[in-house]
Amino acid sequence: MRIALFITCFNDTLFPRTGQAVVRLLERLGHEVVFPLEQTCCGQMHFNSGYHDEALPLVRRFARVFRDEPLIVSPSGSCVAMVRDHYPHVAKESGDPELIEAVRTLGERTFELSELLIDVLGLGDVGAYYPHRVTYHPSCHALRMLHIGDKPLQLLRAVRGIDLVELPAAEQCCGFGGTFAIKNADTSIAMLDDKLTNVQETGAEVCTAADNSCLMHIGGGLSRQRAGVSAVHLAEILASTEAEPFGVPAVGSGDAITVVRA
Amino acid sequence: MTTSASWPDVPAFPLAAKSALADAQMRRNIGMATSTIREKRTGVVEEMPDWEQLREAGRALKERTLRHLDEHLLTLEESVTRAGGVVHWARDGDEANAIVTRIAKSKGVSEVVKVKSMATVEIELNEALEAAGITALETDLAELIVQLGRDRPSHILVPAIHRNRAEIRDIFRRTIGPETLTDEPAELAEAARRFLRERFLRARVGVSGANFAVAETGAIAVLESEGNGRMCTTLPETLITVCGIEKLVPAWQDLEVFLQLLPRSSTAERMNPYTTLWSGARDDDGPREFHLVLLDNGRTDSLADELARQTLACIRCSACLNVCPVYERTGGHAYGSVYPGPIGAILTPQLAGMRAAGSLPFASSLCGACYEVCPVKIDIPTVLVHLRDRSNKERAAASLKGRLDPERLALKAVAKGFATRGRYERLQKLGRLGQWPLARKGKIERLPGELGGWTKARDLMPIPDQTFREWWVEREASR
Ligand code: SF4
Repeated sequence: MRIALFITCFNDTLFPRTGQAVVRLLERLGHEVVFPLEQTCCGQMHFNSGYHDEALPLVRRFARVFRDEPLIVSPSGSCVAMVRDHYPHVAKESGDPELIEAVRTLGERTFELSELLIDVLGLGDVGAYYPHRVTYHPSCHALRMLHIGDKPLQLLRAVRGIDLVELPAAEQCCGFGGTFAIKNADTSIAMLDDKLTNVQETGAEVCTAADNSCLMHIGGGLSRQRAGVSAVHLAEILASTEAEPFGVPAVGSGDAITVVRA
Repeated sequence: MTTSASWPDVPAFPLAAKSALADAQMRRNIGMATSTIREKRTGVVEEMPDWEQLREAGRALKERTLRHLDEHLLTLEESVTRAGGVVHWARDGDEANAIVTRIAKSKGVSEVVKVKSMATVEIELNEALEAAGITALETDLAELIVQLGRDRPSHILVPAIHRNRAEIRDIFRRTIGPETLTDEPAELAEAARRFLRERFLRARVGVSGANFAVAETGAIAVLESEGNGRMCTTLPETLITVCGIEKLVPAWQDLEVFLQLLPRSSTAERMNPYTTLWSGARDDDGPREFHLVLLDNGRTDSLADELARQTLACIRCSACLNVCPVYERTGGHAYGSVYPGPIGAILTPQLAGMRAAGSLPFASSLCGACYEVCPVKIDIPTVLVHLRDRSNKERAAASLKGRLDPERLALKAVAKGFATRGRYERLQKLGRLGQWPLARKGKIERLPGELGGWTKARDLMPIPDQTFREWWVEREASR
């Protein structure tokens, strides 16, 4: 199947590993991945920060770039939620009937990775191998806007070699919230502290999620505390096999940013 | 002075939250209380097979009512008048306070008893009465604790949620006695009961709020747990009810939906112990005189905003506070208003204006837990980002400082940069080059200026040597 990758500006720039993992995973499963190079950003950052006029051109751009793609996947729950839940609202406010129509079908064609694997491709087991102790943090937008439920956990449970441990108070927000983490840093950090305590209680080596934004936050806190726990995107775990491990980036070392060259 | 829903002496949310976060005792008190009620609520909601339909019914009813509120209000006025009540219209808090004060004065009283009511705290009625030489006595136990402690409410349902038993005992010992009081709940309740009972019997004027006002029949509904509200609304000769115009429901039958939604969401009870309903006044039962003060105080402005209008559907259950990770940590006072938590973050800026409360829409991580539990399905996260947009625009329009706000300039520049592929890719390269003074040993531990908020407790991984798209292009070329 032809699948267009919407990498998101955030992953493109800061977490290229995750994009590479999605490509490796989907190609291993026999699909053709295309990457429209004209894509930039879905506008979520501007929309959520309260700059709606600035978000609108980015929404238009996204709708144009992905207009003819039948199936779009993104390794970010919150960007998919932006497309599915907020695009109709932005389009409505613009009063442009063409945009309203364009974003309607867009929401139906755009999927978060675990949704694509389970709902569209009908896969519970992607044949991954990942011999590490892992705990899963359900990111808020994937959980409460996309309602992906335990789809990532279903996929993780099928991974061979994994030691999956439950995260206490998993559904509590990690405190990221985009500019909230900076504008309301003290409150955000108080929320993060509880999340980090819970992550460490599990004894996991790896904390995973369907969103790198939460993982940047949790990972940033773990790194500061020298906790010895890595934050790794779900796609990277699912991309890993016995023959071709994707590896855990070492915490706080330059490894975390080494790009895997396929 | 025009009273508004925001306390002028409380600083913007980030600053107020910072000092609240330092109060470990308060954080423990609130954390304990909210987690208990949260679990109970989940229990009584899960046993309802039609909960989602009920929520949808509540939402739809409110939406329809708000769309034709002007007509319904006239119907309500007619019904109340027909039932022997007097209806007053108040544009703002000052007008409402003046009306209540005038009525109380005309009865020659120096004391009124009050049912717990958000609207009267919003307009600072007690303070206005005080200025006219009339003492307003709160009769809800938690509200009484706040009043006796010369404190402010920090929760919609449990205004003294930030206090624990030992603190309450100390307040009572200081004020209503006896000196030998212990912190046993039964003893504390008994002390309050003895103090209040006497006041109920001598009170000649009662003041209440309203949970619902039925346009069709003119009935006012007050829901409560203690029975003190019923005393206030039945014993005095004169009853004055201050009611926000959005509390209206068109028909008697509509109560069926809300009387199911409210107690389960609020106190996590299947049914609240006391529901008092009355229409107008009569000679042989209850108050001889009934006054209904219909309060606007910013509500029609909110009605004019098509998206934010849903805020007025709120039935003040407080479920959104109890699940909010921000509220749980900062408590209610940081919101600088009688309406704290997620509902406060969207309601206060609309009632008090962005100038007074413009930081509140940003006091959320947008986790969405509030929307999930709201019994009338107010999409709080969407209203929050909508109000953020309004707040940013109003700030920019108001001053040069607002226009030159660093975040605004940065996000505008980024939006421009993301408008074409060429510029976007140049920005990526620029970011990678520009970060070299910050990165040490593969991480960034300190950022300058506002961004330093991030690195207070969190490292940042630098931008890697190759973007995803560079990798992709390279890979395509080598295939
Ligand atoms: S916004 Fe919804 S959940 Fe919050 S107090 Fe109002 S009705 Fe309850």
